[in-house]
Amino acid sequence: MTERDVMEYDVVVVGAGPAGLACAIRLKQRNDALNVCILEKASEIGQHALSGAVVEPEALDELMPSWRDNPPEICVPAKKDEFLFLTKKRAIRFMNPPQMHNKGNYILSLGGLCRQLAGYAEESGIDLFAGFSGTEVLFGESNNVIGVRCGDMGVAHDGSQGPNYTPGVDIHAKYTVLAEGCRGNLSKQLIAHYGLDADRSPQTYGIGFKELWRLPEGRVNPGLIRHTMGWPLDRAIYGGSFLYHLDEDRVYIGFVAGLDYRDPSFSPFEAFQQYKHHPSVQPLLQDGEILSAGSRSLIEGGFQSLPKLDMPGALLIGDAGGTLNVPKIKGVHMALGCGMSAADHLADRDTTAGFDEVFRASARGRELHKVRNIRPGFRHGMWRGLVNAGLETVTLGKMPWTLKNEADWSSLKKLSPRDTTEQPYVTRTLPPRDRLASVYYSTIAHDEDQPVHLKVRDTSICATRCAQEYDNPCTRFCPANVYEMVDDGADGKRLQINAANCVHCKVCDIKDPYEIIDWVPPEGGSGPNYQNL
Amino acid sequence: MKIIVCIKRVIDYNVRVQINREGDGVVTDGVKMSVNPFDEIAVEEALRIRERGEAEEVIAVSVGTSQSQQQLRTALAMGADRAILIETDDDMQPLVVARVFQKLVEREKPGLVLMGKQAIDDDANQTGQMLAALWNRPQATSASKLELTGDSARATREVDAGLEVIEFDLPAVVTTDLRLNEPRFVKMPDIMKAKRKPMETIALSELSIDLPTQLAQSNYEPPPERQAGRIVDSVEELVAALREKGVV
Repeated sequence: MTERDVMEYDVVVVGAGPAGLACAIRLKQRNDALNVCILEKASEIGQHALSGAVVEPEALDELMPSWRDNPPEICVPAKKDEFLFLTKKRAIRFMNPPQMHNKGNYILSLGGLCRQLAGYAEESGIDLFAGFSGTEVLFGESNNVIGVRCGDMGVAHDGSQGPNYTPGVDIHAKYTVLAEGCRGNLSKQLIAHYGLDADRSPQTYGIGFKELWRLPEGRVNPGLIRHTMGWPLDRAIYGGSFLYHLDEDRVYIGFVAGLDYRDPSFSPFEAFQQYKHHPSVQPLLQDGEILSAGSRSLIEGGFQSLPKLDMPGALLIGDAGGTLNVPKIKGVHMALGCGMSAADHLADRDTTAGFDEVFRASARGRELHKVRNIRPGFRHGMWRGLVNAGLETVTLGKMPWTLKNEADWSSLKKLSPRDTTEQPYVTRTLPPRDRLASVYYSTIAHDEDQPVHLKVRDTSICATRCAQEYDNPCTRFCPANVYEMVDDGADGKRLQINAANCVHCKVCDIKDPYEIIDWVPPEGGSGPNYQNL
Repeated sequence: MKIIVCIKRVIDYNVRVQINREGDGVVTDGVKMSVNPFDEIAVEEALRIRERGEAEEVIAVSVGTSQSQQQLRTALAMGADRAILIETDDDMQPLVVARVFQKLVEREKPGLVLMGKQAIDDDANQTGQMLAALWNRPQATSASKLELTGDSARATREVDAGLEVIEFDLPAVVTTDLRLNEPRFVKMPDIMKAKRKPMETIALSELSIDLPTQLAQSNYEPPPERQAGRIVDSVEELVAALREKGVV
């Protein structure tokens, strides 16, 4: 048995994103005597954070009223909203959906916001541990959560202990708060362990891409926010683009596609790159340069898919549960709000029990309930989705029904000869050339001599059943080219996992049609180092 | 014996360095910063020497902005006993840094000064040598092995012709190369302990040293983009292609 150090805290928070930081900060605001720590798998706070992000400031004002005095590195007030429908050649102005009016909001870098919150957290006496991942949940005798185990460092590729092997610490805490963001590995285990998603609709997700560009002088219109639907997605896929104009000749450009897509030949990365070549976008980007790029899954199931948020000794907060407001395409204010609610709950009642009901009845919970039917309406195509969204919006979500979601892993159709229609895509000229070139802009650090952290439970079906049924969709849905089918040297193919490319988006864990891929954290500090995403 | 280890805060080696919009520097906004990797090796070596009982105290020192405290905290979490930051917002050049270290050496009287052979941002490879000259003590640069025996030491250096072993008296300056050791991982309880270890901050102006600016930087530009290659089928074709380019 490995000797492990044990550290004791009142509360351990896993994940230094907006939810985790807000929860920890609010805990200390409520009771300064509490011992609180936060674990973060990124080498520095904010380096794995990626979001649009147009942020409603109310939650931030509540948490840290002085945040505007020392704003995050990127912080541009929203000025004007545009909503367009794209065909291959044209862009048609649509009425801006009421959820997408952004007056009073701010375009922020989520990483920058997290760094700002982290500074505040440290000043409040919270212990921040960046570069340490939570890899196991620790259970007590009465099947309650008593803390987390941090990952070992210095384990060699074959699982043996390298010369610098350092066992991970066990953190024992009265309360464990999971704030891992979308599809957290510990949250996933706990949802299964306690059956937190029983009698809930299956969870559904999307994949988001984002690039930060610097353009030639004079092209940007700071504060302009443009969203599109339509090309290059066909009507069956829910998704669209965002384009946010920043200061200093910079723009954020990104794309989101629902992971409930059915066509196994669909490549979300390629769809994003195609969008950048639309006549309404390409002239803007031409001759600009990419400063940073990344991708992350996002959680879209909403109210009906939100698992029970409390369990003995632990809470799920933010997108570890799934509090993103899809029609608003905003999650940061929800994550901050949910984190604060969790802190208030623990401070007021000194128990995790009852948090689920408290959150659902809170203003943020009601906000989520009101829009619950909009995203599932798009399962039947874009036009029906838009009509349903309009109906749900004018009735303020008071329809007596709740539409269901389906699990994304189950949505792929099996290949049939008539599916082989070529996509009407254009020849691309803008960077990045391909996914490997894109990974370069994510600044990944990953010691190659460590065990592969993408656990495929059965690789024997890759070259056989999966190749026949779906033509190995992992080679297309992964935004970082982690999965490759290569020659096995015996006239066949085998799966090669390029783990060092992984940007921790977790799409493979979600979309793999056989549910046999488990994403677990690599050695602490590994992964992307996003610059202001 | 005391050991002084000099460390520098640099842009992390994984970062794709970008030139700023004005063209007079590089982008540091939101960019990951680290301890210069060669300096991290120097810290590790100092700790191993102390753990072998050949030194009593390891002092980590740095010259830079207040943010360099983060990197000094890393050194403390690895195991250094205390830290000194000479704080300045100015861009530092090797000779100035060497003069700062000279002041610290006069104050602390270490038996050994360790630092990386170069910093990965400017790759100057000068500060250690300059300090040895100013201090008038021996130097062993680019050490890949270091053995201490009382008042003297033996360092192995990787040179073009193979390995060079030099013996010298202490106190001395040793700069570290990549193969000297593999730095340890920082442990969580040690991060907590590091918060309570002493960190002294001294303003650069308090040291009253001469600050000559001997290097002027005019502008920054990215290296030219690499052109696409071409695969040729035979030696003849290669020679013809090279002739065409006028290189043979």
